[in-house]
Amino acid sequence: MRAFLTSLGDFGIYSGAVLKRMCWLRGNGRAVLEQMRRVGVDSLAVVNLCAFFIGLVLTLQTAYLLAKFGAKPQVAKIVTAAFVKEIGPVFAAIMFAGRVGTGIAAEIGSMVVTEQVDAYQSFGVDPLRRLGAPRVLATAIMLPALTAIAVLVGVFAGYLYAVFEMQITGGVYLEHSRHALSPLDIVGTMTKGLVFGLLIGLVATYQGFRTPRATEAVGESTTKAMVAAVLVVLVADLFLTKFFMILMEATV
Amino acid sequence: MSETVPVVRFEKVVKRFGESTIVEELDFRVDRGENVAILGTSGTGKSVLLKLLIGLLRPDDGEIWLFGEPTSGLSEEEFAPLRRRMGMVFQSGALFDSMSVYENVAFPAREAGIQDEAEIERIVAERLEWVDLAGTQEKQPSELSGGMRKRVALARTLSVDPELVLYDEPTTGLDPLTGRRVSMLIHDLDKKLSSTSITVTHDVVCARTVAERWCYLSGGQVLADGRPADLFDAAEVEVREFLADFRAVEAVDRSGEEGSAAREGGRVG
Repeated sequence: MRAFLTSLGDFGIYSGAVLKRMCWLRGNGRAVLEQMRRVGVDSLAVVNLCAFFIGLVLTLQTAYLLAKFGAKPQVAKIVTAAFVKEIGPVFAAIMFAGRVGTGIAAEIGSMVVTEQVDAYQSFGVDPLRRLGAPRVLATAIMLPALTAIAVLVGVFAGYLYAVFEMQITGGVYLEHSRHALSPLDIVGTMTKGLVFGLLIGLVATYQGFRTPRATEAVGESTTKAMVAAVLVVLVADLFLTKFFMILMEATV
Repeated sequence: MSETVPVVRFEKVVKRFGESTIVEELDFRVDRGENVAILGTSGTGKSVLLKLLIGLLRPDDGEIWLFGEPTSGLSEEEFAPLRRRMGMVFQSGALFDSMSVYENVAFPAREAGIQDEAEIERIVAERLEWVDLAGTQEKQPSELSGGMRKRVALARTLSVDPELVLYDEPTTGLDPLTGRRVSMLIHDLDKKLSSTSITVTHDVVCARTVAERWCYLSGGQVLADGRPADLFDAAEVEVREFLADFRAVEAVDRSGEEGSAAREGGRVG
């Protein structure tokens, strides 16, 4: 318990240091763009492919259950609300943690083991500013973008299934989908993407920088980064969902 | 006046890791232009000493003076300008994997604020020539052998003419021939640039080549300090034992040379 609290405190101090450096990047713009390409553009295919199949399966399961109650036409509302508010952002974040978070932890961990991080410092360069901040900023920018695209792909998959398998007309499906959401839901989805991206970036870089100097330690850091990032995303999701529900009730 | 200020001064420096004390009340100084080798068995705090010097580790007690400035209490930002006056060649080379040889060697120059690309190109070409690697600018670190990586690391460190160069085990992991070449290169460059250097090594052949002053570290303290000849005859048994093999080889070499000279003399006579 004491070790856990110490790690949590260390992570808090680390996060504060990185966030401070993110506000003042000083000539690191090119590094941020390069990281955005690596973490975002290169993740598009895998995230969207998964979103497409999850959209199909979700529609299939929902339609099967609703058919029992004679409420099949409601499928659009349920699938859209579930995918946009919850499944899309959380699933995109988990895929992102697995593909990008582990990659960042392994990359920085290897740099620690091979003394490259020390070399940066020896030239008077701050590794948190040069290696940490651009990666965290890139994940915080690119995950909301990926989430938005994944949500559209997932909902589109549901649309295809409903139209071609359930013979629901496209217009009806889209109309129902539109009524399932409010502008605040969209804000909530994008906020989740931003917070999840930030947390995944912080956890991954933290685990990378804290890698002990042993070859097998890189693998351990990578695993820790994945497990911790997914856990942090799920805990944050709970709080954000509750927060937006309270906000929704207050605005109605 | 500034000539009398030591480049490095350790004053009762202590460094602990958990329960174990690695450096214990260490007093040590290096003057401008000196080339010093730090010798000692594994785990005696040699590499820790270098990391304390460059600020990668901070002492738990005592004071480290660099270029006449005390360093305790300096923040990372305040330490950075001091680091730019030093250069460190890491044991593994520590070349940046994601950059070409050119980008690696250009890195310190760019960080020092040189923006003229033609000037950077000139510096990179010159430093690579110094280490006998001209024309390798476009290679990636993964394409280089161990000896080449160390030489590129040396070129990178020297790209901004540091006042103090630190070498961490420069010959470890190299075959004896390549190790000797790297040692000779360090010696030649130190002389050419009149730089102050500290070399941490347990390779006595390397120490003999690169330094005229040896410090033997044991238990986190300086056990013996002086010219190599002084350490060969040191009162401390540990120092003599450490140098015994090298001393024996040197004695064989000397007797071989004397024998050859005698044979040459006999033939002439």
